[in-house]
Amino acid sequence: MSNTNDTTGTNFKWVGKQTRRPDGPDKVTGRARYGDDLILPGMLCGKILRSPHAHAKILSIDTSKAKALKGVKAVVTSADIPDHPLLEPPYGPMIADFHDISRNVLAREKVLYDGHAVAGVAATSERIAREALKLIEVEYEVLPHVLDPLQAAEPDAPILHDHQFTHGIEPALEKPSNVFRVVSKERGDIDKGFAEADIVIEREFRSQPVHQGYIEPQALIAAASEDGSVELWTTTQGHFVIRGLCARLLNMDMAKIRVTASEIGGGFGGKNNVYAEPVAIRLSQMTGRPVRMVMTRSEVFRATGPASGTYSRIRMGAKKDGTITAAEAEIYNQAGAFKGSPVGRSVETFFSAYTIANARAVAHDVCVNRPKVAAYRAPGAPMAALAAENTINELASRLGMDPIDIRLKNAVKDGDQSLSGTKYGRIGLVDVLEKVKSHAHYSAPLGPNQGRGFALGYWMHGGGLSSVSAHLLDDGTVAVATGNPDIGGSRSSMRAMAAEELGVDIELVKPIVADTGSMGYSHLTAGSRTTFATGLAVINSVREIIEKLRALAARKWDIPVDEVFWEAGQAETRRSGIEPLTLKQLAGMATKMGGPIAGHSEINAGGAGAAFSAQLVDVEVDPETGFVSPKRYTVIQDAGRAISPDYVEGQMQGGAVQGIGWALNEEYIYDDKGRLLNSGFLDYRMPVASDVPMIDTVIVEVPNPNHPYGVRGVGEPPIVPAPAAVANAVENAIGKTMGSLPLSPPKVLEAIEQLQATGD
Amino acid sequence: MAKHLITATINGDEVDFSCAADQTLLEVLRENLHMTGTKNGCGSGDCGACTVILNGRAINACLVLGAELEGADIETIEGMSNGNELHPLQQKFLDHAALQCGICTPGFLNMAKALLEKNPDPTETEVRFGLAGNLCRCTGYDKIVRAVMDAAAEMRAGNS
Repeated sequence: MSNTNDTTGTNFKWVGKQTRRPDGPDKVTGRARYGDDLILPGMLCGKILRSPHAHAKILSIDTSKAKALKGVKAVVTSADIPDHPLLEPPYGPMIADFHDISRNVLAREKVLYDGHAVAGVAATSERIAREALKLIEVEYEVLPHVLDPLQAAEPDAPILHDHQFTHGIEPALEKPSNVFRVVSKERGDIDKGFAEADIVIEREFRSQPVHQGYIEPQALIAAASEDGSVELWTTTQGHFVIRGLCARLLNMDMAKIRVTASEIGGGFGGKNNVYAEPVAIRLSQMTGRPVRMVMTRSEVFRATGPASGTYSRIRMGAKKDGTITAAEAEIYNQAGAFKGSPVGRSVETFFSAYTIANARAVAHDVCVNRPKVAAYRAPGAPMAALAAENTINELASRLGMDPIDIRLKNAVKDGDQSLSGTKYGRIGLVDVLEKVKSHAHYSAPLGPNQGRGFALGYWMHGGGLSSVSAHLLDDGTVAVATGNPDIGGSRSSMRAMAAEELGVDIELVKPIVADTGSMGYSHLTAGSRTTFATGLAVINSVREIIEKLRALAARKWDIPVDEVFWEAGQAETRRSGIEPLTLKQLAGMATKMGGPIAGHSEINAGGAGAAFSAQLVDVEVDPETGFVSPKRYTVIQDAGRAISPDYVEGQMQGGAVQGIGWALNEEYIYDDKGRLLNSGFLDYRMPVASDVPMIDTVIVEVPNPNHPYGVRGVGEPPIVPAPAAVANAVENAIGKTMGSLPLSPPKVLEAIEQLQATGD
Repeated sequence: MAKHLITATINGDEVDFSCAADQTLLEVLRENLHMTGTKNGCGSGDCGACTVILNGRAINACLVLGAELEGADIETIEGMSNGNELHPLQQKFLDHAALQCGICTPGFLNMAKALLEKNPDPTETEVRFGLAGNLCRCTGYDKIVRAVMDAAAEMRAGNS
């Protein structure tokens, strides 16, 4: 490779620098087009009829009155979309069962949660569409429902799926169960490990489902043509994934569906899936007109997301010197109406930051009568971290040890292996912990009724499939197209890496997100993978351009190509008397000397690295009301290399504040019939500006050796320890362990009053 | 449904529109006038994404009926910049990376503009409470608060 750029050093022109983001001006002027901002001629309004019951058999659906309403152009039910067979074992870690997905899109035999989609309508106006929904007659037989994962796992619980038998346990059950599967990892000798311990702590934790809380509701337009092709505009974290799901669900040819990702108004994992897309496509096919569907906020809460609510129990033992000798943990994750909660990531999260010789982690994937869970920023991890981190905090406290010291004593280092079998390469855990210890926040004095919390988060970010196409234009500018929706500023990072490689001014590089018809497959913008994996494809693509420019210069100079070097944006040679050719000069001569110049890359990126985020938080508890107010917050995280440091800080701050909401406020509240009571932002209370302090950030950079610039994923790690850190701070403020999130004022007040009653 | 014919001023221009009695200002802007810069996050006045300035006050466009707006003066995000010249708040949001996905940004900008018109020198706490009706799920508010404080300082310097 004759690209002499030093990607391992720190002497970069664009990488690691703050630059004006390419999507910024359109977003501050209202010009950026999100899911609901496209208007097509002749478009119809689509609406979904949703179940009012948590669990019921569908006895009949009569759409005749709705179809007869003037202005109604089509009505669909599950009878109008193909059925799919049930997925059979073996099951991979990620489950895409089209039997389930098609039933989540439109209920077939039963409705499984309040808000479950039952039918779709397309009409000439929203008012008529809403009227039509009222005219659809559905006859239900209401069934008993279950919401709690522990109750749902009991043998006598109401069963959601008669065909579901627990996978992964011996002996196999003879009766159907709501537990889809049990996954576990174990090493060493648990009993021996606990026998070696001087102190053993057992705890239980509970958490409620929380919603991703993106401000932009799901929104899309589907436009079908008579030739069988479909154009789909949708707000999504992965338009290639949406294309694949829609094609499979509707038995269509994949190439005939062209999906364009709109600007995305937040996702956090909640826009990885299809909801109304296949319904809108069918309605458009039936009417020959574009169909727009936009969820109301209430529909977003009732039918999309959330993250699993959980129950967990944990036991950890340590020697007096702080060495953790044994640990075992078990978690029940609510999957919602269909299997597929993030059990693997829960198992992986419990103990992966520590070198515990004897450990076991178990996770149960439990169906309940709630919406099917969706990924939420580090899915499966924060509630596992809540249990493990606060048990370690209690071990430290009982042993009289500093909470950082006990972690340093047990921290994984380069070459160690996690319980899940990951062998770590270069990792920055010790660097992060040392930074916490030396941070001014760590030793700052606390005021009355205040407590300080600490927790550590582990996350193995993703790699995977990414495609990029880069084009050198004849004026010397560069168009870089990726297949990944830009959810947190990735266009800026892609542009920085491309400009750095090419050695040109960053303003000459224009990054875009291209549609599915334009380029190779790209997996979701999820798993903190984009800057790492898609970034690799960007680097490969522009390096291909550089190779072609070297060849062009060699032809121009009539010398061997290996005598041409690419340096600071121009082709050079050591031969005397030959002046360098700039990228712009070469771009101008390319079309006359061989043709247009482009580079592309389609990869399956491996080599993702582990990332660690450590968080310190001070809270103040009002002893009169139980209200908890975070007063100071510091996030210290290994980013490998921060390509766009201000957006890395933004990820760290945003993740921490989502964690504050998870710990203190957010929860789903159901009535006794299993109907969601707080399906709006007034009663599902996410943190607002006056609830939180400034979030200080420290970016640690221990480069990932598997990426040219050392990138590690940064989006997900900051939420992993946040609920644990906040809960720990509340415990330290009031002097009592707290295991049930959210730590809302009534719960905190009750704990304070219990303490006062017992005179502790 | 019978329509109301309304004449109002939007971003300095006289605009005529017709709307049904049950249509909100948010629907009028987005659906009737195709001004999609004003965002719909909830439709119930809880998220602030549709914040516009009506007769000098920041309001949720989803809570005002279009039929009430005869003679009203409405400022939306589309009118915030002066041609190609960004408003100081818009510029500071870019400088401070005070947006990620950007869906809440038009609402925050309008709310901040109305706040600074009433209080040109707010404390951090005043900014936080002034923006407490606007939800942002991406940023954790840190960079938004900094951007508003910095814009306030620049606007004070420019006015003195």
